[in-house]
Amino acid sequence: MDLAEYKGIYVIAEQFEGKLRNVSFELLGQARVLADTIGDEVGAILIGHNVKPLAQELITHGAHKVYVYDDEKLENYNTTAYAKVICDFFNEVKPNVFLVGATNIGRDLGPRVANSLQTGLTADCTGLAVDDDNKTIVWTRPALGGNIMAEIICPDNRPQMGTVRPNVFKKPEADPSATGEVIEKTANLTDADFMTKFVELIKMGGEGVKIEEADVIVSGGRGMNGPEPFTGMLKDLADLLGGAVGASRAAVDAGWIDALHQVGQTGKTVGPKIYIACGISGAIQHLAGMSGADCVIAINKDEDAPIFKVCDYGIVGDAFKVVPMLTEAIKKIKG
Amino acid sequence: MEILVCVKQVPDTAEVKIDPVKHTVIRAGVPNIFNPFDQNALEAALQLKDNQGAKVTLLSMGPPQAKDVLREGLAMGADEAYLLTDRKVGGSDTLATGYCIAQAIKKVTELKGIEKFDIILCGKQAIDGDTAQVGPQIACELGIPQITYAADLKVEGDTVTVKQQNEEGYIVTEAKFPVLITAVKELNEPRFPTIRGTMKAKRREIPELSADDVKADESKIGLSGSPTKVRKIFTPPQRTQGLVIPVEDDNYQAAVDTLMEKLTEQKII
Amino acid sequence: MDFNLTDVHQEFINLAAGFGKKKLAPTITERDHQGIFDEDLVSEMLGLGLCGAYFEEKYGGAECDVLSYILAVEELAKYDAGMSITLSATVSLCANPIWQFGTEAQKEKYLTPLVEGKKLGAFGLTEPNAGTDASGQQTVAVKNEDGSYTLNGSKIFITNGGAADIYIVFAMTDKSQGSHNGISAFILEKDMPGFTFGKKEDKLGIHTSQTMELVFQDVKVPAENLLGQEGQGFKIAMKTLDGGRIGVAAQALGIAEAALQDAVEYSKQRVQFGKPLCKFQSISFKLADMKMKVEAARLLVYKAACKKQEDQPFSVDAAIAKRVASDVAMEIATEAVQIFGGYGYSEEYPVARHLRDAKITQIYEGTNEVQLMVTSSALLR
Repeated sequence: MDLAEYKGIYVIAEQFEGKLRNVSFELLGQARVLADTIGDEVGAILIGHNVKPLAQELITHGAHKVYVYDDEKLENYNTTAYAKVICDFFNEVKPNVFLVGATNIGRDLGPRVANSLQTGLTADCTGLAVDDDNKTIVWTRPALGGNIMAEIICPDNRPQMGTVRPNVFKKPEADPSATGEVIEKTANLTDADFMTKFVELIKMGGEGVKIEEADVIVSGGRGMNGPEPFTGMLKDLADLLGGAVGASRAAVDAGWIDALHQVGQTGKTVGPKIYIACGISGAIQHLAGMSGADCVIAINKDEDAPIFKVCDYGIVGDAFKVVPMLTEAIKKIKG
Repeated sequence: MEILVCVKQVPDTAEVKIDPVKHTVIRAGVPNIFNPFDQNALEAALQLKDNQGAKVTLLSMGPPQAKDVLREGLAMGADEAYLLTDRKVGGSDTLATGYCIAQAIKKVTELKGIEKFDIILCGKQAIDGDTAQVGPQIACELGIPQITYAADLKVEGDTVTVKQQNEEGYIVTEAKFPVLITAVKELNEPRFPTIRGTMKAKRREIPELSADDVKADESKIGLSGSPTKVRKIFTPPQRTQGLVIPVEDDNYQAAVDTLMEKLTEQKII
Repeated sequence: MDFNLTDVHQEFINLAAGFGKKKLAPTITERDHQGIFDEDLVSEMLGLGLCGAYFEEKYGGAECDVLSYILAVEELAKYDAGMSITLSATVSLCANPIWQFGTEAQKEKYLTPLVEGKKLGAFGLTEPNAGTDASGQQTVAVKNEDGSYTLNGSKIFITNGGAADIYIVFAMTDKSQGSHNGISAFILEKDMPGFTFGKKEDKLGIHTSQTMELVFQDVKVPAENLLGQEGQGFKIAMKTLDGGRIGVAAQALGIAEAALQDAVEYSKQRVQFGKPLCKFQSISFKLADMKMKVEAARLLVYKAACKKQEDQPFSVDAAIAKRVASDVAMEIATEAVQIFGGYGYSEEYPVARHLRDAKITQIYEGTNEVQLMVTSSALLR
């Protein structure tokens, strides 16, 4: 394999119902940083149906080239068909790097593509850099339940691939004056390439803010002692701040709140401006999911709770007393 | 219906601690457990056994002590178990692991004298690596479809219907046998083994397979066969502690007032 | 004498501990505070097969030993003392007498489902006016012409009452014979006509177990449900309680260990006067004392279990184990509360529960005074 032949850092853009996911923009921002370091270009691959209008958004966020595979058959995500499209793209364009969002779809698609192309894939990255010597990408990811970080490289195979966690990197500002090339491609697919069949989408928790995208998260843990606070005082505070309710694994395991709200290594990675942890001890698994928060406020009765070691502000006391008082105090300010 | 469940023995990552001075991982005394998501995969298989008469075979790759989880799986109700164990496969990344396991699956299929496994079940990820890659890698190696993040599954005839967890809620996906499915915690609640099952499993011989037995190409396995390399391991940077306000004499209002003062001062709220 | 547990023993501990950690611990506070007897959780616990520890495989048992069973009861009690008595009442007080005194037909019909964990068992001896003096039985069984019996009377404080499917019930069949030869044992099924349940007991502790009154109004019991011979009831009751005491002793041991563990952890975390409590000798020595007592009790409990296993007389060993272990449980739970201080008196922490749960172990399966009677009469024989 002549490594010099492979050029371009490509983001596999993910869209849902005609809207690009935030993580795709976050990846473009990082792709730009990496490309500037090694003197390469940034591209994006956009797959779906009626998605061409989204290409411009990818360009304003940093893509020089956008390859669009627009096909009726690709309307809904399909593992094997999407993987085939990306593999065909790779064989034709020979990109150096693929960046994939570590969403459920990204984590489904990534390994299928990596295996087809017999290359390495680093999962759930939280850091990206370039090796000074050979200009390969250095992928940083948590392992062992977030207890350690590992730097991974893929020196001899192309493409270099990684899935990158949402909310770890900031979305770049759009540059309306940016220009780029939109290249329309035809997906070369037969029925045999669709090995599974999409039946339907069942949306959950349609109303309210999703924790992945929330600016404020009010989270509850074991100390909540039951499901009530999640629809009561935590939600009241979250609503007041225009945020979402999150939860620790303990609370989800106890059945107090749906797993969609779980923050942590086995839950979701969040990056809000404010993260309010109520009755959460702060196990490393939980910290792994919320370390991207700008400001962490912890409320816990146990003064030795690990959460206090990582918080910006904390109150050692009963969350059942603090949270309603805090809500009242903020109401006053907001008038 | 022939079902294969891939299981892994993992360190209980909840018990892993970091040496506060040396910043290294303390692995001593960390118990090895049955990867929790693999237990969900096994439970799904056992329910298909209970309700639809499926045969359940277990496969693991790891050191000889990984037989402990295979025995636990047998005690829960699986019919057979195989272990792929060989120094040569140590250090494999997800691509190499997927290849090794796919080769082992082919071998087990042959040993059992069956045409194919109709369903291969895996946990969505192992809690030590958290990559969620090996399931899809196996499916791709075997050239069969994969359905990941299964929160519910039904089998009718040779068709599997799965509710896949995703950011919006669920996607319902269908596939025909053979198919690989990865399980999330919401899929079910794994059963406990019975004591009689445990006693019987203790006496079971578990066949070991080597890399040669499964005809693994040595250039594709182990450290040297893995395209990804670990360059460095380090402990994550810690956030530093900020201001922790105690509640004195049960005066909560004072503590909340102090907090609000800081938050408004720093323009956080 | 071998103090090592076998692999098999370890499996029983692991299984009970796994169940305790995953299924009992997460909800114990809620179930304890609200007095919930969780039938689904009970049937899941029975499904583990622990009830079959020492019974033969032909009855669905695991054919291991009595100590295996005792270890499981102890382990469950660490997480939930109420659930441990639910299990041990089924095994020691219901399955065991059927196994020991029943006919093959009775074993097939009643022992097997108990051993397999498909049915829950109970034991009815105590009456409003017959507590420690069990000979004062007022429940009467009159023999009918067809050989069946008609039962009238009531029983109180029955563990698993109302929830159990199978009951061992004692009744006077021949008053002229006196208590020792006039009482007989019967196997009753929950749905026999005339068999009803009175009030559910509101107890100080073991809130997750169910205790109820049994009421018999002309309950017709077929002749084949007589357990052992007519007039053998008192002997069956006493033998059964001997075994039950080992179960209660194991439960007490589990409670003591849990209370000690909680106290140890708390003493490491709680800082007063600038250092953790455990750095104060008054606390560390107290903890050491607690540990010594737990270990002493453990040996007595395991010894009684081993003697039962080997078919040696074990009444006195069981009485000693039960008294010592229950007193140790009470003492250690009390000390644990003391170490927790004000928090220990709060229901927010588990040690208050341990204290409430420990108390019953000094009372049931014969009060500790009964254990002194058993031991002294053997000593002075």
